[in-house]
Amino acid sequence: MREIEASRITEEVARLCMEANFELEDDVQRALEKAHEAEESPAGKEVLRQIIENSGIARGGKIPMCQDTGLAVIFAEVGQDVHIAGGGFEDAINEGVRKGYTDGYLRKSVLADPVKGGNTGDNTPAIIHTTIVPGEALKLWVVPKGGGSENMSRIAMMKPADGIEGIKKFVLENVKAASGNPCPPIIVGIGIGGTFERCALLAKKALLREIGSTHPDELYASLEKELLEKVNDLGVGPMGFGGRTTALAVHIEVAPRHIASFPVSMNLNCHAARHKYIEL
Amino acid sequence: MADYSLTTPLSDDDVKKLKAGDTVKLTGTIYTARDAAHARLVDLLDEGKELPIPLEGEIIYYVGPSPTPPGKPIGSAGPTTSYRMDPYAPALLDQGLKGMIGKGARNDAVVDAMKRNTAVYFAATGGAAALISRSITSAEIVAYEDLGAEAIRKLTVEGFPVIVAQDCTGGNVYEEGQKKYAK
Repeated sequence: MREIEASRITEEVARLCMEANFELEDDVQRALEKAHEAEESPAGKEVLRQIIENSGIARGGKIPMCQDTGLAVIFAEVGQDVHIAGGGFEDAINEGVRKGYTDGYLRKSVLADPVKGGNTGDNTPAIIHTTIVPGEALKLWVVPKGGGSENMSRIAMMKPADGIEGIKKFVLENVKAASGNPCPPIIVGIGIGGTFERCALLAKKALLREIGSTHPDELYASLEKELLEKVNDLGVGPMGFGGRTTALAVHIEVAPRHIASFPVSMNLNCHAARHKYIEL
Repeated sequence: MADYSLTTPLSDDDVKKLKAGDTVKLTGTIYTARDAAHARLVDLLDEGKELPIPLEGEIIYYVGPSPTPPGKPIGSAGPTTSYRMDPYAPALLDQGLKGMIGKGARNDAVVDAMKRNTAVYFAATGGAAALISRSITSAEIVAYEDLGAEAIRKLTVEGFPVIVAQDCTGGNVYEEGQKKYAK
């Protein structure tokens, strides 16, 4: 049994909330630079230039790259031989979010009640997804998620007969309809299978993958490649002004499904694709 | 595509020369408002009451900035998605609002209101909030302080970078640009 202090979780979550919002990850930065070089549309190229300059200003000044510093989405993998001492696990995460969003001058975007409103004032509660795994490790992914791209995300309970062509149609139609709203160039996370709620979570998890990585199954790897090309052929372009770069990546995650169900989900991330990882 | 520098408030002549795709640097005063503030402004209009900000010739920027760090005029301040303000925008345009800044396309009702009132819709680069905040030299809350990030602020801007997304004749950079690059 390994013991981890709750206060350590709080400290790390606070730090990662700030770092995620100040420092664009290297994979996203590289993909944006590549897109800037290749972009044919003058308006699109100027958008990409601004985004890259913005990333440098945010990193250097330790200020958020986007004013929408997101809901704090946290994925946790907790080893079953870990004992969290000195406080509750979710309390420790929420305390970290509270501290990170306050100390880092990050925007508090959480309404306590979806209909009645009322800002909670500290960006809690976090959205926490925990899985228990064998071992003694505790892994955390801190993924601040903005509203603009989240609002353009979709789920469909399709028919098994819709098959792979149905998936392509669903993705392309919805990326086209989203147009400039989700702040392209986007990252497209796709979930296929599972139940209604698992399918949505698969699409969110797909956004955690490093840009340039491919699905281990050849079928899905080739579908990712094909969809990326087709999404970019839509011509939506940076901020929807038209251009060659609509998406930086398409990532697919799959799960077993019911014989009668064929759920497909699409979670979009804006170009400020923030994610930080730590193993405690 | 032309490149302009404009000073607020905007006149009809300023707006008429702008075509979708033109780039503009804005200098002067702009006001911020997003979902919650728009709902309150339109409620006041419905009740026939006076608004807390002037609209004639003015520009509203759809933004909820991040908190202001010590020593800075404002936090990061990029645009939010504009379609959420579509239900409110025509009423404000009919009161003399000349410009809006946000991101993403507007609906037909807003376009019609822009045509009948000679108004323009600008887009700023979403997610370039740290860069954009450099062109904001002062910020002051002028209404609805209780809304926090959503309060109405009066901003002084200098060379604030935008593109004409939809102009007063129906020109639309999203439709025209995307058609050009679709394969």
